[in-house]
Amino acid sequence: MPVDLRIPIRTDADIVRARQEGRALASEIPFTSSDLTVIASAISELARNIYSYAGQGEIEVRLVERNGRRGIQVVARDEGPGILDTALALEDGYSTAGRLGLGLPGVRRLFDEFELKSEAGVGTEVLMHKWAR
Amino acid sequence: MRVPIMKQRDVLIASIQDSLTDADLLALRDRVVEQVTRFRSRGVILDVTGLDVIDSFAAHTLSMTAQMIRLRGAQTVIVGIQPDVAIAMVQLGLTLLGIHTALDLEAGLEYLNTVAKRSRPNAR
Repeated sequence: MPVDLRIPIRTDADIVRARQEGRALASEIPFTSSDLTVIASAISELARNIYSYAGQGEIEVRLVERNGRRGIQVVARDEGPGILDTALALEDGYSTAGRLGLGLPGVRRLFDEFELKSEAGVGTEVLMHKWAR
Repeated sequence: MRVPIMKQRDVLIASIQDSLTDADLLALRDRVVEQVTRFRSRGVILDVTGLDVIDSFAAHTLSMTAQMIRLRGAQTVIVGIQPDVAIAMVQLGLTLLGIHTALDLEAGLEYLNTVAKRSRPNAR
């Protein structure tokens, strides 16, 4: 599947760029303006996780269609230290970096589909979809 | 991006016009706290109208800023959270616990004046 948008995450300015360009791409399909802010917020959290935990990685955004519904796919990928316990990382309030720990559980609530794959020492990939209503 | 901080009598007003990076947010925190001390301000208004997103880092930094300002004896009001931003924050589970918020600059100033009157009951 072709990628509509790929943004390398290396600096904190890339976090802002990823969420703004992701939002602009999502605005091509009939998402509400609050959906667009939700999408931008989720991309921001994922990009920050890459920047904070892995140092660098990338965000990919695609416009997708399934069963006649249009939506957006977001992939966040890094080759960082990985997450030892992915189930624990999805619990509200959990964080290893001493921050708020609201990132992943919150992001999962914002999207319709959410998949987290991670292997210690190999990296982390988050794949998610949100469908336009 | 450098956020302009205006001084209006004993209140500081920081108006965020555009989206900020993490580093910009931390720089704003440090400058506001420094200026509260320098100008002996009693109140700070953080106008976040220009923020496209308030994610966990932004929410955490705003909370931290308000706590630091309180330790300097001043009050903080956050104004201008956009409706869509508020919706996304609630869904993300983000709160600005213990921080006063108001609709806009005018309502924020009104709040600070009320607080000031309450703390100086004999003031005219």
